[in-house]
Amino acid sequence: MSETLNTFPDTWKKPPLIRNPTLRWGLIVGFAIYLAIALGTMDVNWQRAWEGIPRGQRFILAFFPPDFSDSRNVVWDGILESVWMAIIATVAGIALSVPIGLGAASNLAPKWVYFFCRSIVAGSRTFPEIILAIFAVKLFGFGPFAGFVALSIGTIGFFAKLLAEDIENMSASQAEAIKATGASWFQWINYAIQPQVMPRMIGLSVYRLDINFRESAVVGIVGGGGIGATLNTAFDRYEFDTAAAILLIIIGIVMVLEYISGYLRKWVQ
Amino acid sequence: MPLIETSDGPMWKRRTPQKRLAIFMGWLFGFVIVFYAWRLISEKTIWFFVQDAPKQAFDIATRMVPPKFSYMERLWVPVWDTLNIATLGTVIALAIAIPVAFAAARNTTPHPIVRAIAIFIIVASRSVNSLIWALILVLILGPGVLAGTIAIGLRSVGFCAKLLYEGIEEIDHSQVEAIEATGASRMQQMLYGIVPQVLPTFAGVGVFRWDINIRESTILGLVGAGGIGIELSGSINTLAWTQVSMILLVILLTVIVSEWVSAKVRGAII
Amino acid sequence: MLRLEGLSKRYKTGDEALKGVDLEIPDGQVIALIGPSGAGKSTLIRCVNRLVEPTKGKVYLGDLELTGLSSGALRKARRKMGMIFQEYALVERLTVMENVLSGRLGYVSFFASWTRKFPKKDIREAYRLLDRVGLMHMADKRADELSGGQRQRVGICRALIQDPDLLLVDEPTASLDPKTSRQIMRLINELCAERGLAAIINIHDVLLAQMFSQRVVGLELGSIVYDGPPDGLTPEVLTRIYGEEDWEATIENVDDDDEVEEDDGELVNVGIAKRTGGNE
Repeated sequence: MSETLNTFPDTWKKPPLIRNPTLRWGLIVGFAIYLAIALGTMDVNWQRAWEGIPRGQRFILAFFPPDFSDSRNVVWDGILESVWMAIIATVAGIALSVPIGLGAASNLAPKWVYFFCRSIVAGSRTFPEIILAIFAVKLFGFGPFAGFVALSIGTIGFFAKLLAEDIENMSASQAEAIKATGASWFQWINYAIQPQVMPRMIGLSVYRLDINFRESAVVGIVGGGGIGATLNTAFDRYEFDTAAAILLIIIGIVMVLEYISGYLRKWVQ
Repeated sequence: MPLIETSDGPMWKRRTPQKRLAIFMGWLFGFVIVFYAWRLISEKTIWFFVQDAPKQAFDIATRMVPPKFSYMERLWVPVWDTLNIATLGTVIALAIAIPVAFAAARNTTPHPIVRAIAIFIIVASRSVNSLIWALILVLILGPGVLAGTIAIGLRSVGFCAKLLYEGIEEIDHSQVEAIEATGASRMQQMLYGIVPQVLPTFAGVGVFRWDINIRESTILGLVGAGGIGIELSGSINTLAWTQVSMILLVILLTVIVSEWVSAKVRGAII
Repeated sequence: MLRLEGLSKRYKTGDEALKGVDLEIPDGQVIALIGPSGAGKSTLIRCVNRLVEPTKGKVYLGDLELTGLSSGALRKARRKMGMIFQEYALVERLTVMENVLSGRLGYVSFFASWTRKFPKKDIREAYRLLDRVGLMHMADKRADELSGGQRQRVGICRALIQDPDLLLVDEPTASLDPKTSRQIMRLINELCAERGLAAIINIHDVLLAQMFSQRVVGLELGSIVYDGPPDGLTPEVLTRIYGEEDWEATIENVDDDDEVEEDDGELVNVGIAKRTGGNE
């Protein structure tokens, strides 16, 4: 045994993740070069950044304690406006998403409906809500209505897409079984499709409400109503303690929403 | 699904009366909220503008075509900046998110207090929109790409760390137990038992967030944090609609390309 | 060698998995631990290396009391106890070699294990073990590319490279087909004989237990109800362990295994295993 013992190799190297050496080194070198160029072309005014440090300190200190006093009553107004905007945009967006989502499911809809609905979904998904809001403000004027429209469109892109994908992935056998009973199209949707996709959709609606609330906090920056405008003004006037209070309220509401959505999802399943 | 005794014999109903009442109340409550919300919003709306909107939309749409293709030569640099903001921001985010995720996952956290702090970091970072982060950072660091990059990074920490720590919590525990049984230290258990299992998740999350960040970094310019958004807000303010449509076209293409890249890379990893 | 004294375990849920188990295993003895699921077999071997913390009782490995050790000392002690798992518990995304070498983690520094720089002697030993179980050519494969029997053999290598005094084996054949099960059991037996290792093998297959062990311990509801030679497993004893059933068909004459292995490249050393393969 001791003779054979020495015949075994005593070194071992882990085989690399990418076995083709050209590709491996190509990727490593390529990424290194990219990083170098990216950092090199980054135009940073270091002096300005340096001067900003005391301001950053003041901002952080403003959290201890934040100023919830809200003398001009603008904070609560803005927060409530954001909340209402988020709720109603979620409801309207989902109401519109259901027909579009059904139409965008390839196993339900005829070809032309499918392409039509898919292009609506793709269109509303591409642009961030804030760009949609800029245009909505141009069209509808300043105020929460513009934010509402922007968020509704954003909701369609999100919700209709997921709904369509869910319908495409559902079990075909259940759908067929209902169809075989001679059910009409609406009955078929009601009995075969709805039960299969409903639980996930309820969870997703709360999730979307959460997203819409977070977005509604920024559409105000471009004039779309909600707390964003107040926040922007607070920063413009260097009222950091008010800004800190607003941020904490936003974080708090999001936490509550997240908790509710977790609870609701458990309850639905 | 109860059978309910009635004078005509048992009757099948889908739900008990109490349950039906609860569901009805739920719907009623929902309707009241929506109605109330709608009233508040409409109070603050000038309906004349809304009625006028279709005409306005048509007007703007006609002014937007054709896109000013020659404007592209001034867009290369902002596009490059946008790309860098997203990529470097994602790198920053992952660098912070990985330790936070290990601190937040129940099976790797050193202490419940550390876990609570990590969870708070995650929630705070996720709740604050990248545009707000950008607003804050522009104020502190001054306008430019640096503020945008850090804003994207800070915003993405929560997202990445959340997905990562969920991934860490879902690992197959028996593999870690086997490593523990050899007498390995806690750090070694992490290195051999946990890291190999979650590495694909890490890579997937990074690419996924990068794709989202491309989209997000296109708008940071609205508050002065660099990238193509600066050109966008400039063109909108000067009512240069053909430039606006060109920028939107570029954003569209960038988003499509990044989505394609991200799907390809994730397909290769998983 | 290994001594359990009044070992008890009560889980947080209130389930009493072990109720004061006393057991002594001399050097080099291979014992089979049988019993219905939920009898506490798994808990018992996990209490030995304290993957599960016992609530009461003592465990001695040689003169060392394992139950009183600090976590650092426990890690040192664990190096002397190799463990083999039911679902192999290989780290699936690591290579076979890394899985085997992970048995040495208790001996190398964190930095060395991070850079995969194991001592030359460990690597040579890993190759030797892989060769012994017929998986030399698989060293650089990822563990999830292997078949069930192959994975379990890697698991065995990982336990043996620790250079243990004791093997803790948890249902090694539960996810294997009957033929591979026998091969694995025979391999574990041979290796124990070669190295004079003591072993506790959890197994629910009574036939395999009789075939490959020198002593059988029957566990029921956390207590030992049988402790004796494999031939002593009469229908009455089995009824006591598992409950009423027609046991006559189970207890066959299980002298030497006469199954002839085909050369399927799965196993190298075949056929000499006897259930008295120990070295008393």
